[in-house]
Amino acid sequence: MTAPLDVSGSAAEAHPESVLAGAGKAIQGRSLTRIAWMRLRRDKVALAGGGVVVLLILVAIFSTPIIAAFGHPPLEFHQDQIDPATLLPKGSFGGMSAEYLLGVEPVNGRDIFSRIVAGAWISLLIGFLATVVSVIIGTVLGVIAGYFGGWVDQVIGRLMDVFLAFPLLVFAIALAGVIPDQGFGLEGNGLRIAMLIFIIGFFSWPSIGRIVRGQTLSLREREFVDAAKSLGARHGYIIFREVLPNLMAPILVYATLLIPTNILFEASLSFLGVGINPPTPTWGGMLSEAVRFYTLPHFVIFPGLAIFITVLAFNLFGDGLRDAFDPRAH
Amino acid sequence: MSENEPLLSVQNMEKHFPVTKGLFKRQVGAVKAVDGISFEVFKGETLGLVGESGCGKSTTGRLVTRLLEPTAGKIVFEGEDISHMSQGRLRPLRRDMQMIFQDPYSSLNPRHTVGAIVGAPFRIQGVKTENGVKKAVQDILELVGLSPEHYNRYPHEFSGGQRQRIGIARTLALKPKLIIADEPVSALDVSIQAQVVNLLEDLQKELDLTYVVIAHDLSVVRHISDRVAVMYLGKIVEIADRKRLYSAPMHPYTNALMSAVPVPDPKVRRDRERIRLKGDVPSPLNPPPACRFHTRCWKAQEICKKVEPPLAEMVGGHQVACHFPENAPEVPTAESAAKTG
Ligand SMILES: Nc1ncnc2c1ncn2[C@@H]1O[C@H](COP(=O)(O)OP(=O)(O)OP(=O)(O)O)[C@@H](O)[C@H]1O
Ligand code: SF4
Ligand SMILES: [Mg+2]
Repeated sequence: MTAPLDVSGSAAEAHPESVLAGAGKAIQGRSLTRIAWMRLRRDKVALAGGGVVVLLILVAIFSTPIIAAFGHPPLEFHQDQIDPATLLPKGSFGGMSAEYLLGVEPVNGRDIFSRIVAGAWISLLIGFLATVVSVIIGTVLGVIAGYFGGWVDQVIGRLMDVFLAFPLLVFAIALAGVIPDQGFGLEGNGLRIAMLIFIIGFFSWPSIGRIVRGQTLSLREREFVDAAKSLGARHGYIIFREVLPNLMAPILVYATLLIPTNILFEASLSFLGVGINPPTPTWGGMLSEAVRFYTLPHFVIFPGLAIFITVLAFNLFGDGLRDAFDPRAH
Repeated sequence: MSENEPLLSVQNMEKHFPVTKGLFKRQVGAVKAVDGISFEVFKGETLGLVGESGCGKSTTGRLVTRLLEPTAGKIVFEGEDISHMSQGRLRPLRRDMQMIFQDPYSSLNPRHTVGAIVGAPFRIQGVKTENGVKKAVQDILELVGLSPEHYNRYPHEFSGGQRQRIGIARTLALKPKLIIADEPVSALDVSIQAQVVNLLEDLQKELDLTYVVIAHDLSVVRHISDRVAVMYLGKIVEIADRKRLYSAPMHPYTNALMSAVPVPDPKVRRDRERIRLKGDVPSPLNPPPACRFHTRCWKAQEICKKVEPPLAEMVGGHQVACHFPENAPEVPTAESAAKTG
């Protein structure tokens, strides 16, 4: 994890008079969020990352019509594209053509383009929702630990240490391996997706939790908290009105940076065969099938590239967000 | 409440912060930030509270406003003992007692607009206003010399002096009786300190306020105070009317502080040599026994290390805690006689 974000916003306070002068007669003040947004708009790299993220989200949401328009159903076999002798795609470059944009898989001839697009949906869904789970757990526990301190902080702090020291992948593999076929009114891969979201989210909360705790700890000492207390504010008011608004920026930044980590996590589990079960297409699952056909580079490259671009785009955007909220982090 | 009953009365108030060590938080000592102080504040007056950094001024302010709970002693506000009152029972009393904070950069939430900050007291205390909170807030902004148009601005768009005015506006919202101002100008440029002090004075006249103004040197509180208390290492060493204190300071420490105050009159300046204190302020973790000032006092005798001088009244409300006070009226020592003569 990178250097913790400073929430003091003092960078924006450097030249109060000039800001005021620049604002002229404008009655509406410029919030720190708006100033950060103005900075973000000048950061071309972050904007490019953000653009790719938006594109990926659109692809994931509209995966069904996109596949209908440009490909074939992701589970459909196309034995006619396969050379029965070698079981490899007939055409050159892995069978790439106008019909099969990214070629076909060996053995059964499934459309790689469609499977990548369908995989985007599962990757992003799990990446986002697992992050939501960890942000909720991390924020609640981090704020409680930082605000109340004392033994509460001790207990939660130890809990974070335990989670951070855990051989996470091994444990997740074990846990994901024993997911039943049905439960909680769900079955098959629906249940597996839900379980993966909770497993990944549950194990990645301490990174957010630590940041939130540290920030809360320093916010609690700020005089505006004392000011609220001396006005008779209750804990709830102080937490929700004084502390949380100052935590939104760091939470947003680190959530953005956690999404790619969680996407990689899901890909790893699917790669290892304990994530989403085949034949449902996932990037990790495709990669794991592809390694058996290392003579066919396109089969490895496209899912690999999909993961790479997604992770990179989220990271670039997240870094840009952090810089926009805290330009001194350089 | 009768006329001469104090608005605030502090009796033998103590605050010891425990110092813990190791895994099991064993207490190994205590920072005696405030170590048994007593004073009274009367309606309409301004009490200056002066002392070097770390002597417990802020802790005193935070005890009186009950942001902290005293380890011992009593705090009586408007006749009610609030020393250990629960936060719930304190809530209604908090309307009458507000605090201005030292750091105008830390005392305003950067995520809130000026309107939200100054309007917070109404919201927290559930106070209804005649023409709505916005109107009330804008009136207060005008009162402290800001424009009502600043309502939707954010704190980072203001200078230090303007921010401190926003902080002052917030304390005025509920029309308090007592305001504790913790070094209200020490974070500000010297050029705007006077403006803010003048504002505090004007507001006092207009709104019938009572102040405790904390400062780390005697010059800041000189014009605003009616009485001044001098603190050293968690104790009050001298307390007197402003006039008395500035013209005839008794405690050696007050004299030392006084000699650091710039004097405009060159004639007086020549007559008065600057007293340089030796050494640093000792740690409040382990304060010197008996008179705490004896490690730095040029008048210290054996008795000063053995017997703690009580804060005793000398003349007309002038209290001092010293075995050998300067400018003492009765039984003048050779030294003090030479000085006054
Ligand atoms: N919460 C706390 N825990 C432990 N020690 C504290 C705490 N608050 C203050 N102290 C200590 O108590 C002593 C008095 O602190 P205080 O802030 O009251 O001083 P001050 O006179 O206001 O100084 P300054 O002029 O620097 O504001 C200091 O030694 C300080 O380190
Ligand atoms: S009691 Fe003694 S040491 Fe203390 S201030 Fe007076 S003369 Fe100095
Ligand atoms: Mg202080």
